[in-house]
Amino acid sequence: MKIGVFVCHCGSNIEGTVDTAAVARASMLFPEVSHAEDVMYSCSEPGQEAIIDAVRTHGLDGVVVASCTPRMHEPTFRRAVERAGLNRYMLEMANIREHVSWIGKDRTANTNKAADLVRIAVEKLRRNRPLTPKSFDITRRVLVIGGGVAGIQAALDCADGGMEVVLVERTSSIGGKMAKLDKTFPTVDCSSCILGPKMVDVAQHPNITLYAYAEVEEVAGYVGNFNVKIRKKASYVDWVKCTGCGACMEKCPSKKSLDRFNESLGGAPAINIPFPQAIPKKAVIDAGYCRQFIKGKCGVCAKICPTGAIDYKMQDEVVEEKVGAIVAATGFDLFDHSKYGEYGGGRYPDVITALQYERLLSASGPTGGHVKRPSDGKEPKTVVFIQCVGSRDKSVDRPYCSGFCCMYTAKQAILTKDHIPDSQSYVFYMDIRAPGKMYDEFTRRAMEEYGARYVRGRVSMIVPQNGKYLVRGADTLMGSQLEVEADLVVLAVGAEAAVGSPQLAEKLRISYDKYGYFMESHPKLRPVETNTAGVYLAGCAQGPKDIPSSVAQGSASAAKVLGLFSKQKLESDPQISQVNLQRCVGCGKCETTCPFGAIHMIDFRGQEKAEVIETVCQGCGICAVTCPQGAIQLEHFTDNQILAEVEALCQF
Amino acid sequence: MPVLAGRELRIVGFLCNWCSYGGADTAGVGRFTQPTDLRIIRVPCSGRIDPLFVVKALLGGADGVLVSGCHPRDCHYASGNFYARRRLEVLKGMLPILGLEPGRFEYTWVSASEGQRWQHVVTSFTEQIHTLGPSPIKTAFGLGMTTAMSAMPEGGKHAAA
Repeated sequence: MKIGVFVCHCGSNIEGTVDTAAVARASMLFPEVSHAEDVMYSCSEPGQEAIIDAVRTHGLDGVVVASCTPRMHEPTFRRAVERAGLNRYMLEMANIREHVSWIGKDRTANTNKAADLVRIAVEKLRRNRPLTPKSFDITRRVLVIGGGVAGIQAALDCADGGMEVVLVERTSSIGGKMAKLDKTFPTVDCSSCILGPKMVDVAQHPNITLYAYAEVEEVAGYVGNFNVKIRKKASYVDWVKCTGCGACMEKCPSKKSLDRFNESLGGAPAINIPFPQAIPKKAVIDAGYCRQFIKGKCGVCAKICPTGAIDYKMQDEVVEEKVGAIVAATGFDLFDHSKYGEYGGGRYPDVITALQYERLLSASGPTGGHVKRPSDGKEPKTVVFIQCVGSRDKSVDRPYCSGFCCMYTAKQAILTKDHIPDSQSYVFYMDIRAPGKMYDEFTRRAMEEYGARYVRGRVSMIVPQNGKYLVRGADTLMGSQLEVEADLVVLAVGAEAAVGSPQLAEKLRISYDKYGYFMESHPKLRPVETNTAGVYLAGCAQGPKDIPSSVAQGSASAAKVLGLFSKQKLESDPQISQVNLQRCVGCGKCETTCPFGAIHMIDFRGQEKAEVIETVCQGCGICAVTCPQGAIQLEHFTDNQILAEVEALCQF
Repeated sequence: MPVLAGRELRIVGFLCNWCSYGGADTAGVGRFTQPTDLRIIRVPCSGRIDPLFVVKALLGGADGVLVSGCHPRDCHYASGNFYARRRLEVLKGMLPILGLEPGRFEYTWVSASEGQRWQHVVTSFTEQIHTLGPSPIKTAFGLGMTTAMSAMPEGGKHAAA
């Protein structure tokens, strides 16, 4: 075997702390290495050409590229060696950037380590063999999880592209957080007027199947062929019969259920349609508050319902769907502001969250668009907005900027002046972050045209006083203390990952960060893809975002899905397990340990043997460790290959 | 680097591709400085790591072995790290029986986003191995640690440890 080694400078990224020429010289002494050179940028066009040239001129059988992480450029170099006429699996990479040059400053130690990593790669490559992928059919259907604006956009774009879409929404209506907003920044246009038509499109689109009040229970399979189990939660109302007339809501004697759509401002009947524009417009019984469920007698809604849709005995139902791709757009939740004890959130009735204030401003809200204090229903004249509640604050474990709070606060300050012309708004802020198109102009308008007084500083505490709230804070630009007598305090609470995000990520087998946001495959170049093929991200599930970015990501993930589905067949990864039938004794241990059910027992000439179902095998190699005979081996990561790497590190 | 201080020991790391290898990458991207003793072998899943690989490395003269995978319940392959945990826990108990110091082997969980945690894991494990010193197996069999560079005729002066 003739091996070529290419040591990349990566400009000064590697060359700065690794003597790449020395690494290349050292590589020449490794077994079967017949060519070694250092290249400036191996991933660039000339760099790849250099590799291809060397393969052709020196007749190389395998290539080691020592450069950045294989998670970045392995596909690039695999394509390059393929262009040179080799099998794409005759390539190994040594990660001398992320694992060497970027983490150590000692040039000698780094050069040593880099050469060792090349040696590991060479030893592995010597035992590589060409692998050929097989192709398989794909199911051209997509599952979108989450019916907020990002999920709606992704679903509509996929459906318009001719794909069948299954949209799963946890609550009883799609619309997400955007449906709760009164106006949107920086155009101050009506949120439900721009979202409403899209929601109707979802309901009417022939290609979209909507499961509202449902959750994804289980995801099995792989890109192109996922099997998804969806739990349709019991709504106790037959949605086929329910017309959404709302008669049940009017007559329901219990009004104590949480009005989730109005952010718990006021109560809601135990049988409820969340809002007039809900899609689907169907009622759901909240069993925790329904007298029929608590006391066993009531049944008013069943009597009143003109279509006889009420069914108190309804059970959860699990449906199965086959899809080829998944878009996770599960959105965000609001930070629990009661963690800031000094603001009195949760204790003082007139200290509310921005989303609650949004409902107070909204004409479809609990007050019909008249801004009233929750405590006594009076119109507030002085409104204090406090920014960064649960954003950019390490003390509550939310060090990140939620990104949209500055803007919605400016919007609410403007709307306050519109609603109550003789009012005065104060905004306590840390920094104003308004980087979007027309955003900075918008915040300036709040200050200059609408007279909102922006105070740079934190609020230290809020004390109730004579029916008002004394807000004490610092004005750090003036260098003085400031006290404001407020009628209403609005907290600009930050975003956090939606409840249950980590659990969903585990079902989807994608990564999530320590705050529960789903991780993209690459923060810059693969922003809507995940490390699990066929699973894409959109909206705030990936991190806090405003509406334009969420919509853009929804469309981006739809484009990715359509791109995936544009292929006739997908290629399977050949790095899967293979059974050596001579060695296999048919003990069945691999069958029981495989997490994917990819191994089954077959009858081979009268003997029981294990067989790997190639399209189901994901290539984890758990079976290879389990097999007492060493009969099952993971291609490209065989025992011999890994042991060769170990030996390369230990043997002298 | 306080740990390195002119001498380097040999630590073999087995990292799963999805979480910990990614975490090590994240640490690199974040330029979180680490000791250079560790050499990483990439495997698809921590469930792919045969405990015998660890034994092989330690018997071969490695001064320490570090295994890292995805956090429990966060495995790309659903349950690979649970298999790894069970196997490696058994191995941990067996190392003294094999005459190997248990402190030379450690397994941990680092996710792809935890660059800082990876830096901490590498630094503290390397410190632990330096406290234990060079592997007694190496001394017993008269093995001298060389590096790829020191195999070179003119590279000998770079040889560490």
